[in-house]
Amino acid sequence: MSGPGTLARRDAAARRTGRRGRSPVVSALLHLTCITIGAFIVVPIIYGVLGGFKDNGQLAQNPFGLPDPWVTSNYTDIFVSASFWRQLGNSLLIAVATTVLVVGVSAMAAYVFARFAFRGREFFFTLFAMGLMFPFAVAILPLFVLLRAMGLLDNPLGVILPQAAFGLPVTIIVLRGFFREIPREIEEAATVDGCSPFGFFWKILLPMARPALATVSVLAIVASWNNFMLPLVIFNDQSWWTLPLGVQQFQGQYASDTARILAYVVVAMIPALALYAVAERQLIGGLTAGATKG
Amino acid sequence: MPRSVSHPTGTQRPPSARGVPATARPGVGKQSAPRPRSRGRSRARLRTVFRDRGWPTIVVFLAPALLLFCLVVLGPIVLAAYTSLFKWNGFGGLPTDFIGLDNYRRMLADEIFLGDLWRGFILVVLSLGVQLPIALALALLLNQKIRFRAVYRVMFFAPYVLSEVITAVLFTMVLSPEVGLANEVLRAVGMDNLAAEWLSDPDTVLYAVFVVITWKYFGFYMILFLAARQGIPAELIEAASVDGADSWRVFRHVTLPLLGPTIRIAIFLSIIGTIQLFDAVWVLTGGGPVNASETMAITMFQYGFRRFEVGYGTAISMAMFIISLVFALLYQRFVLRRDMEGAITVAKGRS
Repeated sequence: MSGPGTLARRDAAARRTGRRGRSPVVSALLHLTCITIGAFIVVPIIYGVLGGFKDNGQLAQNPFGLPDPWVTSNYTDIFVSASFWRQLGNSLLIAVATTVLVVGVSAMAAYVFARFAFRGREFFFTLFAMGLMFPFAVAILPLFVLLRAMGLLDNPLGVILPQAAFGLPVTIIVLRGFFREIPREIEEAATVDGCSPFGFFWKILLPMARPALATVSVLAIVASWNNFMLPLVIFNDQSWWTLPLGVQQFQGQYASDTARILAYVVVAMIPALALYAVAERQLIGGLTAGATKG
Repeated sequence: MPRSVSHPTGTQRPPSARGVPATARPGVGKQSAPRPRSRGRSRARLRTVFRDRGWPTIVVFLAPALLLFCLVVLGPIVLAAYTSLFKWNGFGGLPTDFIGLDNYRRMLADEIFLGDLWRGFILVVLSLGVQLPIALALALLLNQKIRFRAVYRVMFFAPYVLSEVITAVLFTMVLSPEVGLANEVLRAVGMDNLAAEWLSDPDTVLYAVFVVITWKYFGFYMILFLAARQGIPAELIEAASVDGADSWRVFRHVTLPLLGPTIRIAIFLSIIGTIQLFDAVWVLTGGGPVNASETMAITMFQYGFRRFEVGYGTAISMAMFIISLVFALLYQRFVLRRDMEGAITVAKGRS
């Protein structure tokens, strides 16, 4: 199959496709498709952003156009409200705590799964991997009963612990894959130099695995940040509410004040979009690795 | 061909492999293709390296994850299996009013629950028939060398990072009958008769929900497909076109089969995601009007957290669990078997 003739033919083909380019019509059609889909994505967001700068009268009469005049009070009211900042802080605290816990615990387990041989290893790994298949919603009701019995209602731990637990499968799978790639020679050298298993894990493996740790951390942060169901049932006390709960509650409170709700939604989007902007690579890398390895 | 490196059948590690330079062994290079590892080989390798390490390390490192997982993931499932056999309002200690399988009998006669199954089925069909093909088409499109493709990619994926709640609240406004964007657009282009009360009409609400979840999720599948497409070596596509295949046949006989594993995973994720659909529906409609957009998770939530019929609610939880489990096992067994390495099916090949 790979005689010189074939190679020459391939080269010719490559040159041809390289030179051929695409007709302007096809190119325009491709862009048209992309722009249509892009409009489907972006227009609702722009509608939200501009809507937040209108009052409700404007919104009813002039849903598309630019605000006239620009009303900033919807946005400024949010930035001076204590409850918004409190929700932001709660979301942040819970996301960070969840991430530290799930990444720390998973890294330890993944280390054992990646680099130790022991009876029952595959059984335990399969146990964790099966966790991927169980929707979170399945466990929420008995979980609530359990957490109530443990006295964890209206306690951030009541959200942090379950989020971390449900994050274990994907984190362990991604980290195990990465830990397996680290050459055995490094471990042998460390052992020869008197490194204990823990020393190797802490001083060598974790620093080497920084990209993978960043990836799984971003996944954990996003999952925690967007979680709604668990905080909804755990936090009765408003002072613990996270941003998604706040958004939903705000919608109920100002049901007829559409412009104000749009402003709140837009502001609530900012942290997630900012994270996406700085961590796009980790997020996408983690999602594709989690999906294909899990 | 990473496969050629591993020793296929032997229980002993081939002696020659001992001196092979690091880069020639699987698991060392940067390749990310699935690596079949023969059991004997990895055992032998592990035994030589970890001879001096014992159970203490393993137990100490595994215990926290195992404890957390058993307590918070497996524990509730066992608890649900137990409480689903009782009539229980959720208060007090453990339930006492044992009613056997009555909750399950009630469930199978419950029109709302049966409706949930039907609506879930519709959503799955729509997802697999509309959402995934669009995602695949866009992934292939963005794999072309077109200008601004990075911009398009970032834009299409952006909704995925927003929470379902934010998405749903935004779309409550977009779809609202009076000031909503959707109807205004239809009126502006002269299709007034298509304007509708999207979320309060039982005939349209499920499709409206589907549009919202598609808005949020298609970018995720697109990214999966795009990553897989970029993993296909250009030589394969070129070779096919050199051999005279037109672009449709290249797609049908080369690209599509090579994307197969990713497509099968995407189908799996899509179905599991539909089974647990809650946040978006809860915020958009609460399951209404008259249950027209209710999902299993919503029904479970209503009974468990709103009507305090926790026994019955946990029975619905168990139904979701069993449906997920049976689906996952069948899917693993019959569809993913060839694709999966190192996760679930591999357990069968090992002792």
